[in-house]
Amino acid sequence: MKLMKSIVFAAALMGAGGQVLAADQFVALPSYRVGPYGAGGSGFYGGMIDYFNLVNANGGINGVKMTWEECETEYNASRGVECYERMKTKNGGATLVDPLSTGIAYGIVDRVATDKIPMTMLGYGRSDAANGKVFPYVFPLITSYWNQAAAMIKYLADKNGGYPKLKGKKIVYLYHDSAFGKEAMPVLDAQAAQYGFELIKIAVAPPGSEQQSQWLQIRQAKPDHVILWGWGVMNSVAIKTAQRNGFPREKILGVWWAGSEEDTIPSGEAAKGYTSMTFNTPGNYPLIDEIRKKVYAAGKGNLADQGRIGSVYHMRGVTLGVLWVEAIRTAQEKFGKGKTMTGEQVRWGLENLNVDAARQKALGAFGMFPTVKTSCEDHEGSGAVKVQQWDGKKWVAITPNWVVGDKALTRKLLEESSLAYAKEKNITPACMQ
Amino acid sequence: MLYREAGQFKTSYVADGQILPIRQDRVALCALLAVALAAVPLLASPYLLSAILIPFLIFALAALGLNMLTGYAGQLSLGTAAFMAVGAYASFNFVARIPGMPLLLAFILGGLCAALVGIAFGLPSLRIRGFYLAAATLATQFFVIWCLTKIPYLTNYSSSGVVTVQTMQIFGYRFVSPQAKYLLVLGIVSLMALLAKNMIRSNVGRSWMAIRDMDMAAEVIGFRPLRTKLLAFAVSSFYCGVAGALYAFAYLGTVEPEAYSLDLSFRILFMVIIGGVGSILGSFLGAAFIVLLPIFLNMLAHALGLATNYASNLELMVFGGLIIFFLIVEPHGLARLWQIGKEKLRLWPFPH
Repeated sequence: MKLMKSIVFAAALMGAGGQVLAADQFVALPSYRVGPYGAGGSGFYGGMIDYFNLVNANGGINGVKMTWEECETEYNASRGVECYERMKTKNGGATLVDPLSTGIAYGIVDRVATDKIPMTMLGYGRSDAANGKVFPYVFPLITSYWNQAAAMIKYLADKNGGYPKLKGKKIVYLYHDSAFGKEAMPVLDAQAAQYGFELIKIAVAPPGSEQQSQWLQIRQAKPDHVILWGWGVMNSVAIKTAQRNGFPREKILGVWWAGSEEDTIPSGEAAKGYTSMTFNTPGNYPLIDEIRKKVYAAGKGNLADQGRIGSVYHMRGVTLGVLWVEAIRTAQEKFGKGKTMTGEQVRWGLENLNVDAARQKALGAFGMFPTVKTSCEDHEGSGAVKVQQWDGKKWVAITPNWVVGDKALTRKLLEESSLAYAKEKNITPACMQ
Repeated sequence: MLYREAGQFKTSYVADGQILPIRQDRVALCALLAVALAAVPLLASPYLLSAILIPFLIFALAALGLNMLTGYAGQLSLGTAAFMAVGAYASFNFVARIPGMPLLLAFILGGLCAALVGIAFGLPSLRIRGFYLAAATLATQFFVIWCLTKIPYLTNYSSSGVVTVQTMQIFGYRFVSPQAKYLLVLGIVSLMALLAKNMIRSNVGRSWMAIRDMDMAAEVIGFRPLRTKLLAFAVSSFYCGVAGALYAFAYLGTVEPEAYSLDLSFRILFMVIIGGVGSILGSFLGAAFIVLLPIFLNMLAHALGLATNYASNLELMVFGGLIIFFLIVEPHGLARLWQIGKEKLRLWPFPH
């Protein structure tokens, strides 16, 4: 009971001490920097914080400073829910959240609607949440797993000379045997039926550190392509095992969570030629230089290793930081410049986001991510991705333009799935004003 | 002075057989329950209720389940999280597939499904024991999770294998607010803890302890080992199953196989070891230690203004250090510390 008391006491203490000025925009960062996925989490949340620091150094959003709090989730759903509950009422209430974890996102997906805190899921989570009529507070921004899977098939078709050429081809789907790994299956199954390629699904038990039998199976099947839907340690093991089995890495196409420096550098030479999806164009941008100059030079940088600035995860974090700030800016244009926005107002901002080429240029991030234009029907705003290749030292984009797959198909699937969810939860699909 | 049983005479067998023989204990427990039932829902913040007290109670129930099996019946198990998963998925399916299914009945049926799985995986306990049995129960962990990811029927054909659970509803009342959820969980956990306490005191509990202490001798004096061990597995799994269902319905709001990983099994085993093997109170103390301490350390680090990456690592170090410290100081767990404290109080101020 003593422990309880001290916790109650500490909570009360922190509640009292956490008052901030009115002109602050508070956001919650349920991050993970320790545990099995810490490498990805530290880069991603580091990028977001770097961008917030840059915005604050430049005077904030029309004078409103970003404030945030981190809470370690260890990528664990239970801890994540606790973190969300802890942060949501702090400093007058959190106005944005992104747990970067499917498990945590599923755990809080119902809560964010009740608490009126918009949640973004940048490149993960429920693909059907793109339907804003059913999920008003959830935003799978830029692109979802389903659009990624469709874009993968589009890319492979282009590589072979068009969709009809896919007929009779063999594609292995090597996946992390979890919710994340299974998310893409409806799209891949539908496309396999449509274009007549053979889809061989091979599961890898998490965490995926042993894949000898799977690659033996792949070698026997002699596939034309392997889609690697992996996460964490599974990726580098897959690349190394492919090399050991003499399978060309050029034929492996990774999901975007299998396409970072953290996946390829541990694989060494074996990773050379390996391709993966991404929703950032690798390279350097004026915005990243500005972060170097204004944030890191001032000693406010979040990454301990400055060599990671501009890496895949870091850039992904910066991208989400840009989208959040743009959403708040958009909301301010409607509800009053220089004011702190509430969660509901930020939600409106996210739903009316328009980060076009001109805006990207103004931010110094032209081409860093696809243009994002959201609406009530489309909380994703883009669905475009690129394919990148590891040249042994760095990632290089090998599709000059953004790739978009069969969006009519993914739209149909997401309508079906989200309406089933609405029925289950007694939600009447409607746009919020 | 205050904690003394002098003058408390027992004049009937009923009085002699009560759960808490000392009047002060009874008063303290009633006061605690009154605070938990009335004061806490009124005064505690939604955060305290929904993110701290609810998981604490649920894990205490799971630890209680494991404690009956490991602490009282002496059968080491590493499959706790799997039994929880069975309870959660079974309850979800009962509610989803049978129209008008009462929620509490779904929890009970979920627990019964877990009990059946527990019996099936408890069968090897007749021939093997100790670490070997632990390895056999480990199979439950892998088998159940494998089933859940492989059989789409169990996840209601959800494409990702993750399902959001239904709103808790009993007699038309929807348990949505943190207060309502907390009271529901508290009610179920208190009732089941009382049931467990009585089971332990009865013939069933004695048969378990006899098997634990020396199964050969237990058999000689007439306890049937197979029945006793399987009963322990069934009851323990039932408790874990209900805890799993509560974890999904009252806490996470979602069911996914990864939430019931081997890691969770270990954590519940640690709760039992740190709280006190073979003690009802120990299950609660252990759950409090394992669930609340990391959160508390994390908050403390925040209050001290430490950078997050240092804070998280520091949290792990302090937590690990404290576990080692406690186990060295008191290998029988927190419950034993409490017991020693009570004995000292009864002798105070004249220790001998």
